[in-house]
Amino acid sequence: MYHWIPFWPDTAAVNAVVVNNLYIAELALSGLIMATVVVMMLSFCIHYRSRSTASRANLVEKTWHFEIVWTSATLGVFLILFVWGAAIYLWLFKPPPADEEVYVVGKQWMWKVEHPGGQREIDALHVPVDKTIRLVLASEDVIHSFFVPAFRIKHDVVPGTLETIWFKANKTGVFKLECTQYCGLQHATMQGDIVVMTAPDYARWLAEQGVNEALAAQGADLFRAHGCSGCHGENSTVHAPSLAGLYGTLVHLEDGSVRIADDAYLRDCILNPRSFTVAGYPPVMPDFSGQLGEDELLKLIAYIKSLAGKQEAGR
Amino acid sequence: MSTTTFGRVPAVEPGAATEPSYLTSENTIVSWLFTRDHKRIALLFFVSITFFFFVGGGAATLMRMNLATPEGLLQPALYNRMFTMHGIIMVWFFLIPSIPTTFGNFFIPMMIGARDLAFPRVNLLSWYVFNLSGFVVLYALIMGGADTGWTFYTPLSTVYANGYVFAAAMAVFINGFSSIMTALNFVVTIHRLRAPGMTWMRLPLFVWAIYAVSVVMLTATPVLAMDTFLLAVERFIGIGLFDPRHGGDPLLWQHMFWFYSHPAVYIMILPAMGVASEIIPCYARRPVFGYAGMTIALMSIAILSFFVWAHHMFVAGISIYSGIVFSLATFFVAVPSAIKVFNWTVSLHKGRITFDAPMLYALGFVLLFTMGGVTGLMLATLAVDVDVHGTYFVIAHFHYIMVGATVSAFFGALHYWWPKMTGRLYPEMWARFAAILTYVGFNLTFFPQFVLGYLGMPRRSYTYPAEWQSWNLLSSAGASILAVAYLLPLFYLGWSVFWGRKAGANPWGATGLEWLTPSPPPKHNFERTPAVRLGPYSYDPESDSFVTQEGTRHVR
Amino acid sequence: MSGSARLAPEVQYATLEQQGDTAQLGMWVFLVNETIFFGALIFAYFLYRMTYPHEFAAAARDTVLWCGSLNFVLLLTSSLTMVLAINAAAQDENPRRMMIWLVVTVALGSAFLVVKGYEYYLDYQDKVVPVVHFESKPGEGSAGELFWMFYWVGTGLHAVHLTVGIALVLYMLLWRIRRGEIGPTYYAPLEVVGIYWSFVDTVWLFLFPSIYLLGRS
Repeated sequence: MYHWIPFWPDTAAVNAVVVNNLYIAELALSGLIMATVVVMMLSFCIHYRSRSTASRANLVEKTWHFEIVWTSATLGVFLILFVWGAAIYLWLFKPPPADEEVYVVGKQWMWKVEHPGGQREIDALHVPVDKTIRLVLASEDVIHSFFVPAFRIKHDVVPGTLETIWFKANKTGVFKLECTQYCGLQHATMQGDIVVMTAPDYARWLAEQGVNEALAAQGADLFRAHGCSGCHGENSTVHAPSLAGLYGTLVHLEDGSVRIADDAYLRDCILNPRSFTVAGYPPVMPDFSGQLGEDELLKLIAYIKSLAGKQEAGR
Repeated sequence: MSTTTFGRVPAVEPGAATEPSYLTSENTIVSWLFTRDHKRIALLFFVSITFFFFVGGGAATLMRMNLATPEGLLQPALYNRMFTMHGIIMVWFFLIPSIPTTFGNFFIPMMIGARDLAFPRVNLLSWYVFNLSGFVVLYALIMGGADTGWTFYTPLSTVYANGYVFAAAMAVFINGFSSIMTALNFVVTIHRLRAPGMTWMRLPLFVWAIYAVSVVMLTATPVLAMDTFLLAVERFIGIGLFDPRHGGDPLLWQHMFWFYSHPAVYIMILPAMGVASEIIPCYARRPVFGYAGMTIALMSIAILSFFVWAHHMFVAGISIYSGIVFSLATFFVAVPSAIKVFNWTVSLHKGRITFDAPMLYALGFVLLFTMGGVTGLMLATLAVDVDVHGTYFVIAHFHYIMVGATVSAFFGALHYWWPKMTGRLYPEMWARFAAILTYVGFNLTFFPQFVLGYLGMPRRSYTYPAEWQSWNLLSSAGASILAVAYLLPLFYLGWSVFWGRKAGANPWGATGLEWLTPSPPPKHNFERTPAVRLGPYSYDPESDSFVTQEGTRHVR
Repeated sequence: MSGSARLAPEVQYATLEQQGDTAQLGMWVFLVNETIFFGALIFAYFLYRMTYPHEFAAAARDTVLWCGSLNFVLLLTSSLTMVLAINAAAQDENPRRMMIWLVVTVALGSAFLVVKGYEYYLDYQDKVVPVVHFESKPGEGSAGELFWMFYWVGTGLHAVHLTVGIALVLYMLLWRIRRGEIGPTYYAPLEVVGIYWSFVDTVWLFLFPSIYLLGRS
């Protein structure tokens, strides 16, 4: 649809189409403003150059009504742009229900990707076309920024928390994945490929990866190895909140606040449990900061999420 | 607004017209290094910032040379250090002090009819502190430079980077004291030392702009000072407040940094707006369009600039609702900027326009500022910012404002006030050539970067895919033109100091108080205290006459 | 009026009154700036305090309350003596009373620093110096160390400011007053120092409850 425009980047996702429209509108508006200024300036400069004999009588003395007119005009136009941009922003950064969820860890200077089935890749992300893909982003060291120009999506990946973005590719092919937050020496080479495939191709690719264990299952192993199951497990006698069906619900904390149990919340709870004591439970959970790597955390979270559907798994 | 203009002692002897100029009154090195004369301190600052302009420019030249080909020329480590030092030096050691410390220092007292700034010793100390911070940043640079980007994002800067981050951060910290001292001096001077009759609404717009910028400097700089102090502590002892491994929040650094650094962009552009507002009426020979509106716009930009900082963080992980609030505030701050552009343009209407070099620079300023402004609107629009944030689009946008507009205004001011500062006229043809070359070179350098940005080229990359080479090559070619345009004035202005034609007191037929006194001015500016009867810009294009702020009418 | 012969305004001022007035405005503007400087720190502190309420409360209980309280009293009193000195400067031709009050002010300020130094010594014994000599106490978690970062940065910067204040008062005592430049006709420099001194006092007025008292009950 936009191929005829010169120097136009690939447009390969539903997200990108929406942003394209706004961008073209803004380009046109910018051109109009620039043209107005240039034309006014040039015509005044020529018409009222010092040697011209044009009349200079009746200089405008009262200027305020002109100024009110163009103040309100610009304000009106700006508000339209604001609302348009904000509406898309809300839509871009509020992930819809996902068909598939993929975990991405940024690390100096590579992108590590883990699929729910346990398939791993580095500096590449294989996804099916026409499916809503939700990405959970984590960083092991410094701030990175996950950017796919052809999808017009970007989000910083800040160490110490998890971020979520989504996209829905509408075109197969290979597209650039970049890091746009300066992250040290080889920042420029922290790039990869987004490979958008048809559903059958994608299924074949997943199968070819030779994986032994799904991500949630790996998380379940960690859950036992780190002693989480001692309290949160099925047969525990310790008074600890149940994790079954927890993901996505509202949690009431002891200090009166309410949080949504999303990825970032689960991560915070594991690393800093004392600040997130659930109402009605004793603050006895040890903190696990420094004991778990980012990818281990993601596996644990994947496991806790997998409990969402089945009430019987946890307590 | 009550005026607090004090009565002043009339001149000592009325007949002392032969008082030597500030340049020749004393000529020992000590008399320069320990001067309290705001004009001499302005020249001292001018020497310092010119030096840093060319150091920062040298780094930029290396970067553009490296980016001419995808393979590059420099080691990645060297390239990373070059863009970091380019940013730090250009922002804190050239752009922020550029117009205030030189033309502000020189002309604020003269334009309000005072004999000096309120605190001359503080003014001199400011120069020494500036140079101290300059030595520290040069130390950081010579030892190998920092490699964090000028934004020092944590935890890269505190834990992972291995350059001289501590020294660079300390340089920025110390530099802040110089900013604060200079700004404090301007605020107090403008409040307390205006000549009789110089009411607030008779102040030239340049004075208003410097006043606005000083208020911003005073309120924003301490936050950066605390921020860099905490950063330096964290870097020094190894743990701190921005370290996520200890529960710290890396985004707090960004919030505090941009709380300063977004207003800092206005610190760079407001004085440039003031300069344009002086030059355009003078060469269009008509009053500036909407003086009151211009002052309101200046002050509202200064105030609103404090409520937009998080528009640098739309994709950084702040809450999406605060993103929306900051986007709205950003559109609001764009409104007064748009008003100013229209007012400058309409100030040409029914003028009697001559196209001397200062005017060419000022017109270039307006066009480049408009270009930076409309692309700024795109960046303020949330959804588009998500796409182009962190790419060359942003680089191009802020260079249009900070370099295109501000440096054009700086050169405009330099040419406009050169006769007053030195007593000599610059060679007009060379100057016009340099002005046009600046405009052409600048657009050639930075316009391609908008395209590169939208195509997705990330900033701060030493290499890029081969398909983007033509745009980068174009940009590098433009940069070489720009370099020539920036170097030219060094030569012909230097020449004019010795061989230029002598300038009279008021070579451009301008109305401000600074033109009442001889060129170069005597040590204490005025032989008698001016009595102000009129606002600025009383030019009449119909009869080609003008009335100075003291009320005397001249026909050209 | 022994010294007032020397008391001509500087070249940019019309009168001494204007000069003094301008100097005061300068100090007020500077203090706006200082307020924002400390404000940024206190703001960040409360941000973290809200994120880690339990850890910070636990860590705050290890501060030496009697040192902080004693210092609170010392500094408040010193502001009073400072004002008395300025009063004396405005009223008496003879600088004796003013000088006595200034000496008392310096003594109180120095006493603050001595108490602070002793408190730092106790803190070192208590192993609450991050990185250098630190031991995490139960209940503090890893965020406790952040509390102590704030503690050292906040009290340290305050102590630096107080030291500058003492130096300024000494400069008044040993230079300006000895040269007879401060008296009923012109005492703006002393007033400016006094404004600064009160500001340093006020900073402690905020730091003390925020660091020592919050969450102690």
